[in-house]
Amino acid sequence: MYNKRFIIPGLVIFVLFVTFPLWFNAFSTASPVPKPELPPGGEKECVAPASEMRDRHMVLLNEWRDGVLRDGERDVITVGGKQYRKGLQMACMQCHTSKEKFCDTCHDYTSVKPFCWDCHLTPEEAALKKETH
Amino acid sequence: MDKQRRKFLKVAGATALAGISAPAVVKLTSSPAIASSEHGAATGHEAPADAHKAVPHGVEEAPKGVRLGLVVDMRKFYGKPELLDKAIAACNKVHNVPQIDNKKSEIKWVWKAPFENVFPEHSSSHSSKIRKENDFLVMCNHCDEPPCVRVCPTQATYRLPNGIVAMDFHRCIGCRFCMMGCPYGARSFNWENPRPYIKEYNPDFPSRMRGVVEKCNFCGERIALGKEPACLEAVKESGAIVFGDLNDPGSEIREVLDKENTIQRKPSLGTKPSVFYIV
Repeated sequence: MYNKRFIIPGLVIFVLFVTFPLWFNAFSTASPVPKPELPPGGEKECVAPASEMRDRHMVLLNEWRDGVLRDGERDVITVGGKQYRKGLQMACMQCHTSKEKFCDTCHDYTSVKPFCWDCHLTPEEAALKKETH
Repeated sequence: MDKQRRKFLKVAGATALAGISAPAVVKLTSSPAIASSEHGAATGHEAPADAHKAVPHGVEEAPKGVRLGLVVDMRKFYGKPELLDKAIAACNKVHNVPQIDNKKSEIKWVWKAPFENVFPEHSSSHSSKIRKENDFLVMCNHCDEPPCVRVCPTQATYRLPNGIVAMDFHRCIGCRFCMMGCPYGARSFNWENPRPYIKEYNPDFPSRMRGVVEKCNFCGERIALGKEPACLEAVKESGAIVFGDLNDPGSEIREVLDKENTIQRKPSLGTKPSVFYIV
């Protein structure tokens, strides 16, 4: 091989450079795995097991949306003896009372930007202009 | 070579002729069937698919299922603009409707308007003082033949089996075809973020975002909980608004409709509104 002493170090530098994000993240503490806040109210049960919710919560929300808006499936969901109406504001946020401490932790980590909250009210936003009776 | 070309031209000519004459042949052979079905409909009874043609003009088919409707008894509102405002305010509060003080950007679910705007087909000269001085309560008519639903390219607006013309804000792309389609001006477009203009939030209902069309939903979310529409509930004690199933002959709304002389908005358009007025 000609120019061995240039090519091999060059290759090593190239591989190190290309894999920079991998090994940099492995040794740094810049982005720890997110820890979403568990329901502050102490609820232990969700509408589905945690693993399924982690994978499919967006699918479930879409199914709820279509069911409620189009198919008249507004039936109440009972979880752990408590009843919830289908909906982001009416079911999910009843236990997971903070969008910032729950939803955002993973969404920020994975750089997912759902537009739920353009319309739906976070508990914080709703409390901002509360009904005054 | 020469021979083959001649053969090819012959076949091509025959094929072209057959192709041109085929539609005529099909028409001729199928016409007896069409003629007989037309005949059946004309005599009146056999073909059920064509039965509606046989129904005399002005008589409606027997309705099926639920069709929610509303009667506004304007007599109870005359001279009481505060009662109108109460109904409107109740709706705005329940549905997080922003209050934008600008004709172009304003969002209206239920609102009030003068008689000649609400009933242009019924307007006439020398109308009574009551008509001139009072505003009329207006909202989405939840038409039986909703033009807005026909023009929506994303099916963001649709007719539910109970007669409500509903909207899925998730799906609205803000093209405003529905606003062009609606002859009643019942739809509003969010030209800007509505949140700063909402006075109080109802935490059970979402707000809307910029670029989405919205309108009265006949309080579908409240009806599902067994409640009455918010505007009705707000003026309940006056009995000015009656809500119910137009297809149920025993319902309260049908009782009112049978007894009183009611009018609808722009009936000549054939949209078949579900909102009736006693004026």
